Amino acid sequence: MPEYSEKVMEHFTKPRNIGEVEEPDGIGEVGNPTCGDMMKFTIKVKDNRLEDVKYFTFGCGAAIAVSSMVSEMAKGKTIEDALKITNKQVAEELGGLPGNKMHCSNLGADALHKAIEDYKEKQKVEA
Amino acid sequence: MKAINLDYTAAAPLDQEVLQAMLPFFTEHYGNPSSGHSLGEKPRKAIEEAREKVGRLIGAQAKEIIFTASASEANNLAIKGLIAGGRKKGNHIIASSIEHFSVLNQLKTLQKEGFEVTLLPVDSYGMVDPDQLASAITEQTILISVQTANPEIGTIQPVEELAALARENEIPFHTDAAAAAGWIPINVEKTGVDLLSLAGDQFYGPKGSAALFVRRGTRLRPLIEGGIQEKGLRAGTENVPALVGMGEAARLAYDSIEERPKKIAVLRDQLKESLFNEIPHLHLNGHPEQRLPRNLNISVEFVEGEALLMRLDMAGIYVSSGSSCTSQALKSSHVLSAIGVSAELAQGSLLLTLDKDSSADDITYITGQLAQVAELLRNMSPLYHQFMKEGNKNARV
Repeated sequence: MPEYSEKVMEHFTKPRNIGEVEEPDGIGEVGNPTCGDMMKFTIKVKDNRLEDVKYFTFGCGAAIAVSSMVSEMAKGKTIEDALKITNKQVAEELGGLPGNKMHCSNLGADALHKAIEDYKEKQKVEA
Repeated sequence: MKAINLDYTAAAPLDQEVLQAMLPFFTEHYGNPSSGHSLGEKPRKAIEEAREKVGRLIGAQAKEIIFTASASEANNLAIKGLIAGGRKKGNHIIASSIEHFSVLNQLKTLQKEGFEVTLLPVDSYGMVDPDQLASAITEQTILISVQTANPEIGTIQPVEELAALARENEIPFHTDAAAAAGWIPINVEKTGVDLLSLAGDQFYGPKGSAALFVRRGTRLRPLIEGGIQEKGLRAGTENVPALVGMGEAARLAYDSIEERPKKIAVLRDQLKESLFNEIPHLHLNGHPEQRLPRNLNISVEFVEGEALLMRLDMAGIYVSSGSSCTSQALKSSHVLSAIGVSAELAQGSLLLTLDKDSSADDITYITGQLAQVAELLRNMSPLYHQFMKEGNKNARV
């Protein structure tokens, strides 16, 4: 097993916000089984804020912990602030990730941002 | 909390008898086997006895056994040593595509140096087809290397048939038997292999004990030059306790080559049945029958292996996985890929190796825990939810 921080283990053991929001305003999927990790984020937006953030994750311990952390960090934030969440911040919040697991943290923020982009696209269509 | 090792291929505790046999050689009989005086006598005799015992395990003469420190080293001595010292001239080497990295990585290097390498494909069970070997042989072929059994999926190769083809064409044949020796009967006279690697720690001997069988008349050049230990094929003061331990472990394995593996195979089959009965969407990797007695390799669909491994670890169950996340190189198992297992299923693969002391209670506990862990991880898997939505209309293989 890789050397994971306590924070990673905590989020891996008790991941927060697992699932899919009902009638999502945005969906973001990244990764595939070949590379080993896959995440699907769904978001609910109200008054420009992420009212709810949920995810499904196929992947290693780091991928699961990253998804959980991203969902916690994003929930309640404005769209603009959520887009500012960086992969580096996620890794830092988790107390660091082993070097060869950094790509997992990239997937987390990417999936969230993709869900937000999807929401923005839909807004454009509706407008 | 319970602690159940299901990763015995990575490491197993020494047999008590093995440990007891080794102990005097750390302190009491600490002499150097090469010494001319009396202190060298006991260790020297002990090594020769160990050589006899290791030879007997594989049907070889003692003088055909060269001790090494690992099966990886034995594989290197076999391949590099033969290429440097062999009689046959040519530049072509054949191996199976599911060999251990201590074979495959050497071949990669040799390729860079200008050798032609043919890696034989295997079928969906991991079997090499003798006809494919026959058609791969050329005038230039100087070595064929096919493992006796695969450490990951347990598939046992038709070594006798493959070695016969090599013999017909006067090509030296090497087999990596590290996973097989001590678990299935092996007789080098019957199979006709020229070189065979085996490891003591795979049959309850100590780590750092291994050997290469070198058929008399097979010429090798040493990897480590120096003194004339091991007939000049491996210089360096012998690791006497380890070799004594390997000898004793070989004796025990030889004496129980019928009962011990059979007993473990029964438990393995019970574990397999129990898992497949209780947990949906499992897949067996490797051959249903032609496999090592203690080996079980399954894929848990929709989830990833490292997460499984970590969750099982929390429940006191130790397993390994062929997923990319569990490998340092972040590549999923080349063996699973060679037998055509999809990327997704390779990520969810688990290698379970049992032990003579595994129990029926263990099986119940393991089944219960894996069922829980699989359900928990599936409930957070996008692949599983997608599957549940689509139902079984796109039936997966």
